Amino acid sequence: MTSDVQTAPTGRPDSVQRSIGWRDALRWEGGLVVVLIAVLIFGSAQSSSFLSQSTIFYAGINIGYIALMALPMTFIIMTGEIDLSVASMLGLAGSLMGFLWHHGWGIWPAIIAALVVGALGGALNGVLVAYTALPSIAVTIGTLTLFRGVAQILLGSLTVPGVGDPQFPDSMTKIGTQSIPGGALSYSTVLFLVLALLAGIVLHATPFGRALHAIGLQPEAASFSGVRVAWVKFCLFVVSGLICAVAGVLLTLQNASVSYTAGTGLELNVVAIVLFGGVSIFGGKGTIFGVLLSVIIFGALQMILTQTHVEAEKQLVITGLLLLISVIVANGRELLSRVRSRLAVGGGSR
Amino acid sequence: MQFTVSKRSRNLRLVTAATAVAALVTVAGCSSQSAGGGSSDTGKATASGGAAKKGLTVYFIPKDTQNPYEVLADKGGQKALKELGGKVVVSSGTTDTAAAQIPSVQAAIQAKADAIVIAANDPKALCPSLNQAAKAGIKILSFDSDINCGNSPQHLFINQADTKTIGTTEVDLLAKEINSTGQIAILSAAQSATNQNAWIGYMKQQLKKYPKMKLVTTVYGNDDPATSLNVLKGLISAYPHLKGIISPTTVGISSAAQYLSTHKNVKIALTGLGLPSQMRAYVKDGTVQKFALWDPSKLGYLAGYAAAALASGTATMKTGATFKAGTLGSYKVLAPAGDVGPSVVLGPPTVFDKSNIDNYKF
Amino acid sequence: MTTTETAPKAPVPALTQATAAGRLDALLRAREIGLALAIVVLIALTTAKNTHFLSADSIQQILNGGALIGLMAVGETLVIVTRNVDLSIGSTLGLSAYIVGDLFVHDAIDIWMGFVVGIAIGAVIGLINGLITVVFRVPSLVVTLAMLYAIRGIDGVIVDGKQINASSIPGGYTAIGYQTVLGVPWLFIVVAIIVAIAGYAMRTFRSSRELYAIGSSPQAATLAGIPAARRVLVAFLISGALAGLAGALFLAEYAQVNNNSGTGYELTVVSAVVVGGVAIFGGSGTVFGAALGALLLNTINLALVAARISASWNQAIAGALLLAAIAFDRWLSQRVTRKLRKTEGAHRDI
Repeated sequence: MTSDVQTAPTGRPDSVQRSIGWRDALRWEGGLVVVLIAVLIFGSAQSSSFLSQSTIFYAGINIGYIALMALPMTFIIMTGEIDLSVASMLGLAGSLMGFLWHHGWGIWPAIIAALVVGALGGALNGVLVAYTALPSIAVTIGTLTLFRGVAQILLGSLTVPGVGDPQFPDSMTKIGTQSIPGGALSYSTVLFLVLALLAGIVLHATPFGRALHAIGLQPEAASFSGVRVAWVKFCLFVVSGLICAVAGVLLTLQNASVSYTAGTGLELNVVAIVLFGGVSIFGGKGTIFGVLLSVIIFGALQMILTQTHVEAEKQLVITGLLLLISVIVANGRELLSRVRSRLAVGGGSR
Repeated sequence: MQFTVSKRSRNLRLVTAATAVAALVTVAGCSSQSAGGGSSDTGKATASGGAAKKGLTVYFIPKDTQNPYEVLADKGGQKALKELGGKVVVSSGTTDTAAAQIPSVQAAIQAKADAIVIAANDPKALCPSLNQAAKAGIKILSFDSDINCGNSPQHLFINQADTKTIGTTEVDLLAKEINSTGQIAILSAAQSATNQNAWIGYMKQQLKKYPKMKLVTTVYGNDDPATSLNVLKGLISAYPHLKGIISPTTVGISSAAQYLSTHKNVKIALTGLGLPSQMRAYVKDGTVQKFALWDPSKLGYLAGYAAAALASGTATMKTGATFKAGTLGSYKVLAPAGDVGPSVVLGPPTVFDKSNIDNYKF
Repeated sequence: MTTTETAPKAPVPALTQATAAGRLDALLRAREIGLALAIVVLIALTTAKNTHFLSADSIQQILNGGALIGLMAVGETLVIVTRNVDLSIGSTLGLSAYIVGDLFVHDAIDIWMGFVVGIAIGAVIGLINGLITVVFRVPSLVVTLAMLYAIRGIDGVIVDGKQINASSIPGGYTAIGYQTVLGVPWLFIVVAIIVAIAGYAMRTFRSSRELYAIGSSPQAATLAGIPAARRVLVAFLISGALAGLAGALFLAEYAQVNNNSGTGYELTVVSAVVVGGVAIFGGSGTVFGAALGALLLNTINLALVAARISASWNQAIAGALLLAAIAFDRWLSQRVTRKLRKTEGAHRDI
């Protein structure tokens, strides 16, 4: 999806798009902060176990690995592309790690191999999107199927560790049950926060970040001003593959096991988190802070709703409505101004 | 394993008559307990849980909240806990993934539940969370699909029927129908489904007794009617001489039965595990001669009593320990065998055919 | 143009714009022929391995199995050519199929009403998608992603652990799913008629041709006086209605519906549309291509089983073939564009 896809016919004119900057972004994040506070108040009122260290730890276990994938997805959507293969890559990396462990590899070689395959898979996406100019939505639906398929070839009906396999080392699988020393955070949360900080710096304080914004807003202009658009996009997909592989390794260790179905169907959750975080599907707009808030809101909501026995299907409805309301509110101001200007004209234009 | 229930009306009827069902099946004599004692003929609960504590909270975590088979089982569990003066919380996701079940395990820990009864979507991925729950003093039980966690946590598997018996019964049923000769195939659920794979393992062993029957392939319908039908069609194209299909999952067998009943030119014998309510029409029109299952609500009921007994300390997971399961009578904990730890078996599977299918309402 | 040309270097005879357009049309049709050819080749290769694949039964399966995806691909094509996307169709199918089934369970409707109700449910959802997209000027990907969750959640609340089974549905209704006329399945006939009507309309009527204009350049279309908002709304309405109809037909074909029916179909349909040569950026592509794309995907799936390839390999091969199809399509369209530019360039030079 390049920047001009999804510019609905009724989409906002370029001038409007370009004028969106920090201030609007911060307004969006301000809204998210309000939502977050509301969620936290609601949670502590509804559930006696919500305000506890274990909630923070569990939320990290549940959403940490998904949140990791949201970081490169933010970058990719910023440039007007999309990566739907993320969850399949998570599954492939975990499956490869399990496959190699099953065949007697050491834990570190297995992990490194999984990460390498992540980068290679990302490179495949990257080459097809950046250098043959294929639409990323189409390419990554293809690799979504391909990566999951390869994972299935590797493990099939096997869950690793299988019969006779050694367990994964305790020193590593403890990340699924223990928080970091001296805190309530899970290892996955800490990893996410560190990478989010790094991503925030890259996106908002480096020339590379500015290039991402530029590509999302005006690919041609970015290209003329010396940004190597294809190379940047290629790199982003490689990073995405790598981070998703990290998420796959993380999930495998958290669960102390892996089967080929790991992470099935999470791609749209990742996209939803990023979009709710205020990143524009048109590209060019969004902040890591917004995505961070979005992650916390989704993580907290899931904890509250499960603690208070809200059925899973109602949780789906709530997710959908939140997403819907968020985009409507985001565009509400523009709608209002349009209505106002039409009223001012007095409807005499037609 | 996904099971499916037919009409809404039937389902409702079942809910209201849940008590009667248990009694009915017992009366029909199709479900003598393998380790059972006397069973009560009255549908009325006797609340004979021994010294089971009042006010117990048991988390039932099904494969997903919508799976009709599991809904029946959960209702059985609710009935058991109601008789004992406790309560059941049913919590899970909408899709069959371990990731959707982990938050429910966490919620059980945070709510200081007394026991968890889980139908695992993954044999291993839930082990760390369940182990944490066990360390917090929660008794862990599995049913329908077992976890495979070694000793961490210690858990009791409430088995619907002896795993080996399920596998061998299905092969024997099919062998009779096709004269022990010809190509056969298996239409299973997901390739990673633990219980199905265990049964298929025993099917393969049993097939050695029938040298003229050849298992050509196993295909996976992922417990989705559409996928099941599509792989079935492919199967029929790929193996024109196919004589029989075993489908050890209710979605698979009913999808296959629907196809075969509308394509009479395809002569393939079909058996497996199915819900009588769903298979009745196909048995009556001759598409399916015989198939097997047990009553899911009884399974949940048994699991509920087992959970209460463990949580009350009136039973242990030690081999030979006994506990009472309300109207089902008393049960004994079986010794660990192979992959399976301590377990309790509901009873042998019931085989359904034209002569008895009208007796079963589930 | 830096790449080597395979086009004839000889002077091209002067062409009018009309014939250039005609030639483009011919080439587009050539692509549809190419797709059809690919299906035939696939069938031939599979038959070489397994002669039974060419039986009447098997051909009926190929036609039937791709019908539902093909039907939804028609609606999705209408939406995608306007530079939008509809991700809610899988959930719409599920909801429609269940509600129609539930009405049969209660003997509330007769057979024909089943289709009417299915279409109506889909149309309402399509209308909501379209209205939110158009009125609030929100990217349709976000809107329909949110609707994907919300509708699936509502479906779950309604289904509530129940399931529709064959015995509850009128025999005459399920007959549509398997009966044939002169060896051609009913399901295929219904879908073929709709594809033919939609295909004819898209080529003929001004209002439908305007969809392409909107997709090519929303701004230009608006400037040219095309009521873009209304057209896009109708595209979503039709997409929803066809997904609703697909739900009613799903019930007829599979005679079993649970809360997960249709999950993940949206990505399959988008794949079919892309394989069928519809540009994901909008502006070009035909419903015939999309329908053939659906047929090809289904043939791939059936062929893999019929060729007795292990189930573990299915997904990986399907993914690889999908990528190959997208890449091939790109290569073909680049050749076409190059040829066209060359002829046009030659024309201008003269």
